[in-house]
Amino acid sequence: MVAGDEDILAVEGLSLSFGGAVAFAEIDLSVAAGEIHAIIGPNGAGKSSLINAITGLYAPQAGRLRIGDARFARVPARRLAELGVARTFQNLALFKSLSVVENVLSGLANVQRAGLTAQLLGLSAARREATEHRARAESVIDFLQLGMFRGRAAGSLPYGLQKRVELARALVANPRLLLLDEPMAGMSAAEKAEMSGFVLAAREMLGTAIVLIEHDIGVVMRLSDRITVLDHGRRIATGTPHEIQANPAVIAAYLGAEDDPENEAKAA
Amino acid sequence: MATALPVTSAQPRRAGAAGILLLLAIAYGLVPLVGTSYLFEAILTPFLALALAGLGLNLLTGYAGLLSLGSAAFMAVGAYAAFNLSLRLPGLPLPATILLAGLIAASAGVIAGLPALRLRGFYLAVSTLAVQFFVAWALNRIGWLSNDSPSGIIDAPRLVIAGLSFDDARGRYLFSLTIVALLTVLAWRLVRSPTGRNLVAIRDHETAARIVGVKVARTKLLAFALSSFIVGIAGVLWAFAYLRTVEPAGFNLDRSFQILFIVIIGGLGTLRGAFLGAGFMVVLPLLLSRLGTALLGDGFDTGTLEMVQRIVLGTLIVAVLIREPAGLAALLDRAFRRLSPRS
Amino acid sequence: MSPDLAFLVEVVVGGLLSGVMYALVAIGFVLIYKTSGVLNFAQGAMVLFAALTFVSLIERGLPFPAALAATLAVMVVVGLTIERAVLRPLVNQPPITLFMATLGVAYVIEGAAQLAWGTQVHALDLGIDDTPFDVAGVLVSRFDLFAAALAGLMVALLTLFFRFTRTGLAFRAVAEDPLAALNAGLRLPRIWSAVWIASGIVALVAGLLWGARLGVQFSLSLVVLKALPVLVLGGFDSIAGAIVAGLIVGAAEKLAEVYLGPFIGGGIEGWIAYVAALAFLLIKPSGLFGQRSVERV
Repeated sequence: MVAGDEDILAVEGLSLSFGGAVAFAEIDLSVAAGEIHAIIGPNGAGKSSLINAITGLYAPQAGRLRIGDARFARVPARRLAELGVARTFQNLALFKSLSVVENVLSGLANVQRAGLTAQLLGLSAARREATEHRARAESVIDFLQLGMFRGRAAGSLPYGLQKRVELARALVANPRLLLLDEPMAGMSAAEKAEMSGFVLAAREMLGTAIVLIEHDIGVVMRLSDRITVLDHGRRIATGTPHEIQANPAVIAAYLGAEDDPENEAKAA
Repeated sequence: MATALPVTSAQPRRAGAAGILLLLAIAYGLVPLVGTSYLFEAILTPFLALALAGLGLNLLTGYAGLLSLGSAAFMAVGAYAAFNLSLRLPGLPLPATILLAGLIAASAGVIAGLPALRLRGFYLAVSTLAVQFFVAWALNRIGWLSNDSPSGIIDAPRLVIAGLSFDDARGRYLFSLTIVALLTVLAWRLVRSPTGRNLVAIRDHETAARIVGVKVARTKLLAFALSSFIVGIAGVLWAFAYLRTVEPAGFNLDRSFQILFIVIIGGLGTLRGAFLGAGFMVVLPLLLSRLGTALLGDGFDTGTLEMVQRIVLGTLIVAVLIREPAGLAALLDRAFRRLSPRS
Repeated sequence: MSPDLAFLVEVVVGGLLSGVMYALVAIGFVLIYKTSGVLNFAQGAMVLFAALTFVSLIERGLPFPAALAATLAVMVVVGLTIERAVLRPLVNQPPITLFMATLGVAYVIEGAAQLAWGTQVHALDLGIDDTPFDVAGVLVSRFDLFAAALAGLMVALLTLFFRFTRTGLAFRAVAEDPLAALNAGLRLPRIWSAVWIASGIVALVAGLLWGARLGVQFSLSLVVLKALPVLVLGGFDSIAGAIVAGLIVGAAEKLAEVYLGPFIGGGIEGWIAYVAALAFLLIKPSGLFGQRSVERV
């Protein structure tokens, strides 16, 4: 695939460093509508930093971004939802004390229209909106099989379920682009299979383009349409799973990283 | 900054509504019949004013996670605003005076909250301290605010609504009770609304809240406005219904800490907490003084009482934060669950 | 020098010297904040407690060195106790919770100090003559100079400690990156104990100086309120910032009081430092020397 106008996300020459330490440099990346695009690479390759820069949490020093038709040097994080972008976080970023339903409902914060007075007085506009949003939230909760836990405080759930609630919060707004930062980290094989199923189904049902950071190469190969490989903050390859598997630079990067037992464990 | 302050709104309880109706029936029906004026003046009216202040602060600190050390300043703004409104606009009905005073306190809150758009955590707490000291200074130095009374002392006007006088002890209690009940309903609707959810979202994970489209700056200012509105009206009750004569020193930093302690002990992020904490705060000195006199006899003077109270309060704050961060509200919930056969 | 100019210089010098005393209190905060992220509101109460203990021992006839040693021991115990009993159980709690806990601690210490030693005002004489002397037409308080010198010595000792001792180096590592320090096998609890002891000692020095200046009384614990704008300006995590900001706040406060006060009514020193520090912060959010932290997600 070539970068084109149908791309939902286009990143050109993006560079970011903290003080003197380069997080990533001159990254090009394009994600087509409805595509699942994985970003892989050894620890410290700059994957999470890249997602944080795309979602406006870090300010890149150079390069440009395009999300849909909007072009940016730095994406304003507060406009993400409006741009149709949702994300999950590497370390859970749930609203711990809110219930599962409330967490999912909060994913609709951007389309909340009823004003404070309407909410406080229970005017019909506010009530109608509340009913509609609750229905949307419940359907996502059903889809991700979270029904049993809907009233539980999110922070009290086991890790794997919290990851799923975060996915639900991101999906409820029907995003055009969804960025998942290690959605399956620390999960068992069964949980990973389940989560993979949800990711695929979400793309199927909503047509959402998905950028996926994942260490489990097996999962990445199964899910992705394309894969971009980062190493030490540089993009060393982009291609289909097949192309990536055969790419000598990728093999070298992964073999080179094999001294690091942590990576080996995660890549296995 | 993620915080671990729990909110129990995750489990709405039906039984709660019945309990509240029962409480209201007692407060309106039974208490006015059997209460003595000591009960109204020394216990119930200050309890209601403090509970309301706690409720207001809880919206800001408990729900939105924004620490304020300037609650007393907003109480003072409310009290002095109401005083000036009733003095300078004699035709204004009392409810309108109180509403306007609350709105003036809310504007002061928005100004105090402006730094919250750039500052976080302690820096913000320090900026609320600035408000605390500035208000105290202004009330002492700007004679107009207290109608040029010496050292800024003001007297409350008569409490009359539509020809009905609320000037005696029982009347002032009922007056306070009604205002507190109305504002509590408002706060209750708020915390269950999408806006209330946004407050907690900002507290629990500000970055995630921004990403899902919560208007963080606007919501923070709103938290300051709503909180100060309620705290300001609590100030009106404190001045008009409880003390009747107040000076700026009555709204000092110690008062701000007292309101904060009410919220911590009662339970951060619960509406019940403000009431439980305020009840505790009103009863504690009475209990300690009885206990002290029983144990030590006449050696237990007011100076000693104040010191002992400081030690007990401080110890309790630390103990609550370590053992039961959700405060008395959580303790009570647990006791309630143990008593009820279901679940 | 013209009399006007001489007066200006006098005001500035007086302000700078009292600024040193602000800095001294602020340093107590910084030590703890840097290592554990706690803004210790009880620092002021510790200053009061130290001064009150010392002066009460002197009044009971203890010789100066013995009273000093005893108070030092008490402050070490106080610092250690707070760390063990309050902060250790709250480890990993949000900073706002830790702060509120130190507020509770401040109440306990204030109550206990006055319950034990009474509420009357005690005069504290450190035996330093407070007659002003003339330096090129500018009157300077001998006591202020002494206080400044002592505070300077304190800072120098702390700097030496953190540069050249094992615990000091560990402290700096923890301040840089607590996780990395933990991974490197540094024993955090030991460092926390050390900084709480250090801040107890800083509180003692500050208590003696402030107590000699203002009299030993409850209001001593309010020096914490003087230190907060200094911290806002200098950054909660910078010792250098605390010193420079202390000097700036001291001088600015005196200047504002003398030159601005007559126009907007006296007593503005209660809030002017806060407003100035916050205004500065809105322009430069990281403070004078603080580093802008990267948001971790």
